[in-house]
Amino acid sequence: MVVEQVSVFVENKPGRLSKVTEILGEAGINIRALSIAELGEFGVIRLIVDKPHEAKAVLTNSGFTVGVNKVLAIEMGDEPGSLAKIASALGDAGVNIDYAYAFIARAKEKAVLIARVDDIKKAEEVLSREGIRLLEADELQSI
Amino acid sequence: MFEPEMETMPLKELKELQLERLKATVKYCYENVPFYRKKFKEAQLSPSDIRSLDDLAKIPFTVKDDLRDHYPYGILAKPLKEVVRFHSSSGTTGIPTVVGYTKKDISTWARIMARGLATAGVTSEDIVQVAYGYGLFTGGLGFHYGCEELGAATIPAGGGITPTKRQIQIMKDMHSTVLCCTPSYALYLAEEAKKEGIDPENDFSLRIGIFGAEPWSEATRKKIEAALNLRAHDVYGLSEIWGPGVGMECEERAGLHIWADHFIMEVIDPETGEVLEPGEKGELVFTTLTRDAMPLLRYRSRDISVVEEDSCACGRTHPRMLRILGRSDDMLIIRGVNVFPSQVEHVLMRIPGIGDHYQIIVDRDILDVLRVKVEVTPEVFSDKLAELEALRRRVEEELAAVLNVRAKVELVEPGTIPRTPGKAQRVVDLRKGKI
Ligand SMILES: [Zn+2]
Repeated sequence: MVVEQVSVFVENKPGRLSKVTEILGEAGINIRALSIAELGEFGVIRLIVDKPHEAKAVLTNSGFTVGVNKVLAIEMGDEPGSLAKIASALGDAGVNIDYAYAFIARAKEKAVLIARVDDIKKAEEVLSREGIRLLEADELQSI
Repeated sequence: MFEPEMETMPLKELKELQLERLKATVKYCYENVPFYRKKFKEAQLSPSDIRSLDDLAKIPFTVKDDLRDHYPYGILAKPLKEVVRFHSSSGTTGIPTVVGYTKKDISTWARIMARGLATAGVTSEDIVQVAYGYGLFTGGLGFHYGCEELGAATIPAGGGITPTKRQIQIMKDMHSTVLCCTPSYALYLAEEAKKEGIDPENDFSLRIGIFGAEPWSEATRKKIEAALNLRAHDVYGLSEIWGPGVGMECEERAGLHIWADHFIMEVIDPETGEVLEPGEKGELVFTTLTRDAMPLLRYRSRDISVVEEDSCACGRTHPRMLRILGRSDDMLIIRGVNVFPSQVEHVLMRIPGIGDHYQIIVDRDILDVLRVKVEVTPEVFSDKLAELEALRRRVEEELAAVLNVRAKVELVEPGTIPRTPGKAQRVVDLRKGKI
């Protein structure tokens, strides 16, 4: 199942991340996962939140450039090699991972891998064939 | 047409009129302005030596520094008691230039502006929102008097004084049909209106926009036209001559008609001063033919353009200048290469989603460094760094191809480049004071 991710363009200067989280906090939007990618003088903050479209609206109103796109939320087993298993399953099927980041779902004591892939449909097929579980959006909200 | 007989006068007759008026202007300058008398004597020239339009080339140029050297009243041809208005531009050097107007000048200017407005399609039925600055700058009052002369309903909205929100409210509630302002302010207005959820097609009644006082491109024209749902016209003027109205685009929009009964326009090689043929690119030089308080002979505009003398489909016979290609003053020399800010704008405007707001920063490390800041809009944004980097590189490559010098492109957050209602500060030169 696919999950919507919010991404925000930021200049690589102090205070931008806290500004973004502050705006979301004030709007009552909960952040489930967050990653920052930087390249030289700019970067992208990627967020999994409970209300992605509201998040986009409040950030846009504050002057940020914001995108919403689909990513996979993949459940990672706690046995060793589970990340490698996911990566090779996708790789073997010719699905490219543009980027990925992991976080720990505290309540369930499980790790979740957020992955942006170039072919979501194919990735879903491959992973389910391998018995790897994808998390639903509402499942992510409850963790 | 506002003055059809004059606007469609055959070129040959126009030139005869120009010669007649030139002779009178030269004599008038010689007799009333010590500055010109001195210039003529130094050049061993007498007003009677000017017998043909070609003889104009014998007269020395007047440059902006001449006006500064005679600050504030030294170039006036009329005593102060006959002057009814002054405009002044501060420029970047600190010493301002002061331009005086008699009653006759104010009314001639109003006629020129009215002719120009009509050339752009404005009629007495229109409601014109003048969002140029009112004050020392000639834009606001120049348009204002022209609109009233034409009989249009004029709203002196005054950019810079009236807040943008109020401008938008006026445009909506008072059904303005014509907008006059700088092109960068038009883009800003469009952006702010969009933020307020305004649909220009349904909420605004605009049909014509007249934009000038700063260089802009065809791509900017398309953007403004789409964003405000109007037809955009370019206007040209020089604060040292009158202000706006020296030239105006007709409905053909194939260059700006320069009113030959009021001005002689020459194109020169900015290096040698040699007069060029129509169609050749060079610096525009203006001689006023109907100016009363402050006539100017061969005034160097510093603006680079091309002049066309062939007939225009609109029926007007007056020569046209093409869009300003650059300003010799604005020309940046980056590692020995001449760069015009307008070239940067042309490149940026070609790339969708980029170009409304940009800034050029010139700095010196050991060598000159040219940086171009570009705002990232949702149109070009990607959550993938590689795509953003590819965009950044693409802009760098396209700039390098046009400028012949490398520019470092920086992607910045929207809203971080300052917006101003007046002339946009597109260029920041940090080299001053650095060796
Ligand atoms: Zn025409």
